[in-house]
Amino acid sequence: MVNSTLILVWLIPLFPLIGFLLNGIFGKRLGDKAVGIIGSGAMLFSFVVSGYLLLNYLALNQVGAEFHSTLFSWISVADLQLSVSFQVDSLSLMMAVMVTGVAFLIHVYSIGYMHGDGGFARFFSYMNLFSFMMLVLVLSDNYILMFLGWEGVGLCSYLLIGFWYEDDKNASAGNKAFIVNRIGDFGFLLGALLLFVTFGSFQYSEIFSQLDRFSVGDGTITAITLLLFVGAMGKSAQLPLYVWLPDAMAGPTPVSALIHAATMVTAGVYMVARSSFLYVLAPTSMTVIAVVGVATALFAALIALTQNDIKKVLAYSTISQLGYMFLALGVGAFSAGMFHLLTHAFFKGLMFLAAGSVMHALANEQDMRFMGGLRKKIPKTFITFLIGALAISGIPGLSGFFSKDELLWQAYSSPAGGFWFWLVGAVTAGLTAFYIFRLIFLTFYGEARWKPETHAHESPNKMTLPLIILAFLSVVGGYIGVPALLGGDNRIHYYLEANLAKLPVDAAAHQSHSLEFILMGISVLIAIAAIYLAYVFYVKRRELPELAAAKFKRAYNLSFNKFYVDELYDYLFVKRLITISKWLWNKFDVRVLDGMANGAGKLITVTGWYVRTVQSGLVSGYALSLFIGSLLMIGYYFFR
Amino acid sequence: MTPPLEYYLWFAALLFVIGVAGVLLRRNVIIVFMSIELMLNAVNVTFIAFSRQMNNIDGQIFVFFVMTLAAAEVAVGLAIIVAMFRNKESINIEDMNLLKW
Repeated sequence: MVNSTLILVWLIPLFPLIGFLLNGIFGKRLGDKAVGIIGSGAMLFSFVVSGYLLLNYLALNQVGAEFHSTLFSWISVADLQLSVSFQVDSLSLMMAVMVTGVAFLIHVYSIGYMHGDGGFARFFSYMNLFSFMMLVLVLSDNYILMFLGWEGVGLCSYLLIGFWYEDDKNASAGNKAFIVNRIGDFGFLLGALLLFVTFGSFQYSEIFSQLDRFSVGDGTITAITLLLFVGAMGKSAQLPLYVWLPDAMAGPTPVSALIHAATMVTAGVYMVARSSFLYVLAPTSMTVIAVVGVATALFAALIALTQNDIKKVLAYSTISQLGYMFLALGVGAFSAGMFHLLTHAFFKGLMFLAAGSVMHALANEQDMRFMGGLRKKIPKTFITFLIGALAISGIPGLSGFFSKDELLWQAYSSPAGGFWFWLVGAVTAGLTAFYIFRLIFLTFYGEARWKPETHAHESPNKMTLPLIILAFLSVVGGYIGVPALLGGDNRIHYYLEANLAKLPVDAAAHQSHSLEFILMGISVLIAIAAIYLAYVFYVKRRELPELAAAKFKRAYNLSFNKFYVDELYDYLFVKRLITISKWLWNKFDVRVLDGMANGAGKLITVTGWYVRTVQSGLVSGYALSLFIGSLLMIGYYFFR
Repeated sequence: MTPPLEYYLWFAALLFVIGVAGVLLRRNVIIVFMSIELMLNAVNVTFIAFSRQMNNIDGQIFVFFVMTLAAAEVAVGLAIIVAMFRNKESINIEDMNLLKW
């Protein structure tokens, strides 16, 4: 890639930054229309530039090539030389194109969705700032610049969750997200610092070039990778740090779609994939990731089964799908994880936007018990939502099928994988199909349960057009990764793998094709059966859900109350923290700290009280002490 | 035939002690001031005596400085005393005790 093309890289994050500054500073004066055009225009320019770069990169036909573009020196202290520089390779370009593309569509959608909101300009400036930070995160060529983006997207997430901050509930949801993320970020930072101590650099390429001197299972590498994974757990909402994501749905729906489904929450997946060369040296960390991932996938899917809030179902679904991605990373199938990340961005972004469109139609109703029968009222939303649901269920021909199937096959066949990973993954796939079609049937089928005076109407074109484009991508997005088994050439893996690490032994080659077919068939059958089951439960025999809930009351309550994890954390951490804080305030602060400060003052006062009696005001007294003093001094020198 | 150095020194010491006693014991501010002059002059006598003994003019130059200083001090001091007297109708040193806790 020639320099003149490469220099365009810095334009990608520059456009959203300009958009942020313009909307942030002049937003009120520009008017809503101009703000919307600037906000989404910035993303469009960014998207065009990243697309152009991607085409150039592919045209090079140099698999695994990576380019660096240094903007300026950032920090220069002793051994630490840091510059703001970007790395261009298949991984970062894929992320950049995905982020800018999805962000552009969601910005356009937001023009319609946020229409008439008092904070219109504020919303768009935050969204642009988010896009800027996310692009810095994915394009960075070192861990510290990545950390800057990492914290930046966290900040924007906080700002946008609490966007309607007049409601106390939203503000505290923002706080929760930020605080839980901080726990993870602490791990990330420790990992990055340990990297510097070990390798003397923060730059990916410099670190990875030194890996020869480490053997597989090295203790330091294991520690680094585990610490980095703690960061990923927080950002990508994995067990046990996932609790913030469902609450994050308090933000506007486009925010949920962009930040809490398509882009920011996948930063952890991207980071682990980016560090894949480290992870392959730490089998322990890989196992931890796979187990955490598959456990999260199952756990979140179980909760999603019984939730009534349409956005909460999608939030738990996101957590579950992120678990899938980590399962893929954990078994060493980094490119499969990235592929699922890409398709998930399409169909989950689509479903969130469609859910926003449903809420738009029903005057911001979020409870599915008060929906129903919307199929005819909002047909465009219905069809696009249905496509997203089919994609996430893994119905053949749609993007979700290719990525999920690839992922499950890797979970089974990879040297680090195994039958149990596959089984839990397949069961989760069934649960996924069930809860997502429960959502579809409750929302769009059956009788209308919304208030009769609500005027249910289709959303404007600004909102439906992004839905249609994303639906199109959800269908065709998978064809860049058609597995060899189905006659494809799996192009995305071909490119991505060249920039990612591989596990030492490639056992997948030894697995038979027939087995892959059988497993694929089983997971498709499970999905179809689950959809049929949802149909029976929520359309044909409406009394069944209540019967089942009554019969398995304990299990139902566990799922409905999200396994009481929030209550558990509240009891274990929040209450303890408050108790300790109160003790520190009442005892330590009041007695020890205030005591020290007040004591110092008191000491001076008391000393002064005694010392001041010297100032008697009697001139002869002073003269006498002067005289005695002189005598003593002279006497000292005289008799020394 | 000049008297030996010790005589001058004894004389100066005596003058000085009288000055100190005056400063410490008397209550009249004017007397106290005069006692201070006495102490300064005792030092002057010592300077002159040593200057003569050692054939060095420096001591005599120093005496002029001391006399200038004494003059300045008296000028300021008497001004304070006048101001004080206008306020308090007294030149007793024990009445000048405003600067205390």
